[in-house]
Amino acid sequence: MTPLDDPALVRVLAADGSVSPTPAAEPYVAAIDALTDADLEGLYRDMVVIRAFDRQATNLQRQGQLALWPPSFGQEAAQVGSARAARPQDHVFPSYREHVVARIRGVDPMDIIRVMRGLTHGGWDPTDPKNGNTHIYTLVLGSQTLHATGYAMGVAFDGLSGSGDPERDQAVIVYYGDGASSQGDVHEAMVFAASYQTPEVFFLQNNQWAISVPVSTQSRSPLYKRGEGYGIPSIQVDGNDVLASWAVTRQALDEARAGAGPRAIEAVTYRMGAHTTSDDPTKYRTSDEETAWAERDPIARMRTFLRGRGASDAFFADVDAEGQAVADDTRERTNALGTLEADSMFAHVYSEAHALIDQERQWLADYEASFDGPQEGEGA
Amino acid sequence: MTTALPFSRAINAGLRRAMAENDRVLLMGEDIGRLGGVFRVTEGLQAEFGERRVLDTPLAESGIVGTAIGLAMRGFRPVVEIQFDGFVFPAFDQITTQLAKLTNRLEGAISLPVVIRIPYGGHIGAVEHHQESPEAYFTHTPGLRVVSPSTPNDGYWMIQDAIASADPVIFLEPKAKYWMKGEVDESARALPLHASRVVRRGTDVTLVGHGAMVSTLLQAAALAESEGVSAEVVDLRSLSPVDYGPILDSVRSTGRMVYAQEAPGFTSLGSEIAATVMERCFYALEAPVLRVSGFDTPFPPAKLEGAYLPDPDRILEAVDRALAY
Repeated sequence: MTPLDDPALVRVLAADGSVSPTPAAEPYVAAIDALTDADLEGLYRDMVVIRAFDRQATNLQRQGQLALWPPSFGQEAAQVGSARAARPQDHVFPSYREHVVARIRGVDPMDIIRVMRGLTHGGWDPTDPKNGNTHIYTLVLGSQTLHATGYAMGVAFDGLSGSGDPERDQAVIVYYGDGASSQGDVHEAMVFAASYQTPEVFFLQNNQWAISVPVSTQSRSPLYKRGEGYGIPSIQVDGNDVLASWAVTRQALDEARAGAGPRAIEAVTYRMGAHTTSDDPTKYRTSDEETAWAERDPIARMRTFLRGRGASDAFFADVDAEGQAVADDTRERTNALGTLEADSMFAHVYSEAHALIDQERQWLADYEASFDGPQEGEGA
Repeated sequence: MTTALPFSRAINAGLRRAMAENDRVLLMGEDIGRLGGVFRVTEGLQAEFGERRVLDTPLAESGIVGTAIGLAMRGFRPVVEIQFDGFVFPAFDQITTQLAKLTNRLEGAISLPVVIRIPYGGHIGAVEHHQESPEAYFTHTPGLRVVSPSTPNDGYWMIQDAIASADPVIFLEPKAKYWMKGEVDESARALPLHASRVVRRGTDVTLVGHGAMVSTLLQAAALAESEGVSAEVVDLRSLSPVDYGPILDSVRSTGRMVYAQEAPGFTSLGSEIAATVMERCFYALEAPVLRVSGFDTPFPPAKLEGAYLPDPDRILEAVDRALAY
């Protein structure tokens, strides 16, 4: 049984672009039917534009402009659907491949580029309203699930969930993957989330591979079933179906925001690219497998669906042009990025003054200054 | 106006005052609420402030510290109790990889005022993992501050100052001294959080240490006096950053220094301080800086802790060696 054969799977849009809801999808069909043409075209546009950005970033790494790039290629539907389901007041804790989510929440993708170019460890300020309450990437797998859970505890302690006012109540959504699901921190996060009934959604993108190790090594039972063991209602969704991903996340966030406690979602998807630009998938997976998943491409099925609804050639051309423009802009701005002053490494180690840091900062400044001015042997 | 309090009650009083003054202060840990902690340091606080301010958490140290980080991101000031020193390591990743580095990663956008209280050290005859001195792991980690009070008065004030700090603080409590009484002056703090302090004046040798070791150093100094040797004693108080001023002033006047610690000596806090003192006081020294440490073995079964832990005699043996140069 492949993960997509599970009778619990929620899917509305089949791989061929036809609307054929699975039995588990029935509760979500009405919400999806209510989406307007503009909503649907927006979801498609999100996916296409960020894929163009992601491809450009991959190319920039190949050309030596970035140290590393972890492509989001193939996971656009799970990310667009879940990110568009969140409300502006919600809080987002990504892992490190959530370029789609970050952009939708308002983060400038160049901030991610700066991280991968070696200019910063963070990239953006989660407290700046333009970033849509998006926390920074976490590279140590699963650690952010605990931060999200603590944050969600704080939301509840502050009385900002469960009031019944959807405009005011907040929820937290945390992203992680099938590899991270084996980490102890994810287990502990679910224990705490269940104990404190946090307003939180655990969003697992099962992209089938943790670098070279298949998901069957992480778990012999479908990953969504783990949530039930903690007392967290859990759903499995076709993560390559943007409509189903949107609908299940919207409902889970609504429930969490309303005070019903945490929810977990396993979005079954596929990492169509490499783990990162340092990876070589030909060493561990077959081209047959890649071909089979390419036939389930999240963008292709949405394009077929929209064409069937009568979306115009002009619309598709416009979306492609926007993607190209974002890619061109990314290349231009990457090439224009400057460098860092060495002094900056001392600036934020502590929030308050620290004697040793101050001393080392001064030493480095003096040392660098010692190279200024006339050198020995040079005329004055 | 002072009150005599046991060390554990002094920390309790400091926690109570910090919680009363700032409703964003939360206590988190295992058995700290209804039971009041295995050492009763938080006794009565849940009854006074409620279950939302004093959390009996699930039994998972990484989970406690990881969620404390999330709460701090949200503007709370969590004070975490790790039940025993040897139980901090399940939380080590969250402390060193996340808590210590997040503010730097965020370029200062979010401060993480999390305090991690750890009852540390030996002298209580306990089973394995209950008598360790893990300070060097934390002093080696940029982004953390590490402090350790040696008296009830310092316990009362330093816990409040640690909670007030915008940065993460590892707060090492000398568990052997929880029952030791001392005068607590609730009207005014004596020193800033990161200051070291001369606790006994002397002229022949400088003895330096922190936490429970300060009592041992004072005992050694009293014995030395009976043998005609005048020892000055410096209480480190802050393990990171180290306030070198009083130490260097003392060594420049005595010309000799012995550092004592319960932790294993190899790549320890004592190693760092000895190297720095030798760099900065080279011409004032009459003898190399000597260290007295726990041995480089795991903390032994309790019946051997007397042989493992530095006592006044081992400190005096080092003093004799220093004086023999």
